[in-house]
Amino acid sequence: MSSLHNASVAELSAALAAGKVSSVELTRMFLDRIAGLNGELNAFITVDEARSLADARRADARRARGEGGPLAGIPLAHKDIFCTRGMLTTCGSKMLANFASPYDAHIVERFDQAGAVLLGKCNMDQFGMGSSSENSHFGPVRNPWDRRLVPGGSSGGSAAAVAARMAPAATGTDTGGSTRQPAALSGICGLRPTYGLVSRYGLIAFASSLDQAGPMAKSAADLALMMNVMAGFDPRDSTSLERPKEDYTRDLEPDLAGLRIGLPKEYFGEGIEPGVRGAVEEAVRWFETRGAALVALELPNTALAVPVYYVLAPAEASSNLARFDGVRYGHRAKDYDDLVDMYCRSRAEGFGAEVKRRILVGTFVLSHGYYDAYYLQAQKLRRLIARDFAEAFKRCDVILGPTAPTTAFAIGAKADDPVQMYLNDIFTIPAPLAGLPALSVPCGFDAKGLPVGLQLTGDCFSEARLLGVAHRYQQATDWHLRVPTETPL
Amino acid sequence: MSLAADQVRRLARLARIAIRPEESETVLASLNRVLGLIDQMRAVDTSGVEPMAHALDAKASVAQRLRPDAVTETDQRELFQSVAPAVERGLYLVPKVIE
Repeated sequence: MSSLHNASVAELSAALAAGKVSSVELTRMFLDRIAGLNGELNAFITVDEARSLADARRADARRARGEGGPLAGIPLAHKDIFCTRGMLTTCGSKMLANFASPYDAHIVERFDQAGAVLLGKCNMDQFGMGSSSENSHFGPVRNPWDRRLVPGGSSGGSAAAVAARMAPAATGTDTGGSTRQPAALSGICGLRPTYGLVSRYGLIAFASSLDQAGPMAKSAADLALMMNVMAGFDPRDSTSLERPKEDYTRDLEPDLAGLRIGLPKEYFGEGIEPGVRGAVEEAVRWFETRGAALVALELPNTALAVPVYYVLAPAEASSNLARFDGVRYGHRAKDYDDLVDMYCRSRAEGFGAEVKRRILVGTFVLSHGYYDAYYLQAQKLRRLIARDFAEAFKRCDVILGPTAPTTAFAIGAKADDPVQMYLNDIFTIPAPLAGLPALSVPCGFDAKGLPVGLQLTGDCFSEARLLGVAHRYQQATDWHLRVPTETPL
Repeated sequence: MSLAADQVRRLARLARIAIRPEESETVLASLNRVLGLIDQMRAVDTSGVEPMAHALDAKASVAQRLRPDAVTETDQRELFQSVAPAVERGLYLVPKVIE
């Protein structure tokens, strides 16, 4: 049992299939690790052991009948942005601190149907707004590699849970990098799928034209197994794409000879920590030895991606979060004068400072007299950023670079300056603006012993290729197998 | 550009977010930090560029799907109202609106 918490989803699945371990035993093991570690790491907001064990017993019975796919009996954790019936869904916010969703999110249903066991709900920056998982009503998440540091965000609880082996895999969401940046800062893997591939039904909305759910796990091969469950058409999401079903594990061992890897000069410029640059350049050399062709590229509008994102995402947030009015669900202030005062106080009390800041920015860029100069201008620049990628993919198959310019930073270090925090997203924001898939995998450690993430971006619907290229890299490297030394048990 | 205190009060009113007097300076300063960042995109010439509202509009059909105009939902009033802050006899309670 002792080594099983480091096993991949694929290995756990094989052990379950061979009857070497039961889902109840696995679930018990991960629940014990959560009980032992969560007090310090704060990766989970809600855990319900009885429910998890009931899920596990059902999965064992399914396996005993010879039913169930690869994920039957596999424990996993959901980011607390996904609605779960019968378990609180807080979105990391006081606004929804007591919210019991009357329905399940689409991907929650899908994992449930696949027989996966729900271990609990992971902490996060409230409403997905943040890059450090400090903006949570339930307190900051701590990085398993060094508890004085942030794990990244907004899916920082999911990343910390996987990194500390409290869960073999977890779900996250990615609006401007929230699966990939915490994966990089916590030493795990995270994928943002093509926009529209995974249903957003029951994913509490932040910025609807950018929000996508994605898997987080220890290896690219595990991400592929999870994508097979998560992706697929859902009529309840108006942006869900109707496409033939794909097997995301179909191309895990591609020939790297001749693979054209694009290296944008903007992703290797100033502002990147030497430890990050060194690790990424080392990975580039590895791909070169395998016969990949390196293609020098330019993505000239990269520097505009952060400003464009911080117009569009707040604009959409200000509209989406208008639903939180203290009437139908969510926090209602105790004292108020009239209806408008009740709205104003309920929202002031329920939302954290970063959420309020983004709502106010969004209200400004959509307001009369400023709409054209800000919102419309940002939408036009979004097209220029997408065109840069379209041009690039005429010359290369994947684009490679660092996931984040730095490794994990100290809790509190950027908390007082929103702009410093926003700039940490510089490499993860362009793909969502263009709707593209991108993933982050560990590619080394800096001098402080902190993990570095390598980002691969592909053209629309190229997930299977991205996962294959990443898997090939992980067959030859062991960065993803390193375990935080501060994790006991 | 940078915002003045009365503009922030107006935005807060539009957004239905109460700002306490002792917070207003911090809110103003942080909003102006963010505006300083996003103002960088205003100088770029985008004449003739079509705004992009949907990430895949050049790649896939993103037209809104239509469905038959038939009832597909069942009545779940009690379930949905069970999470409301205040309900009575199947109605959501709010402060008196009309005197």
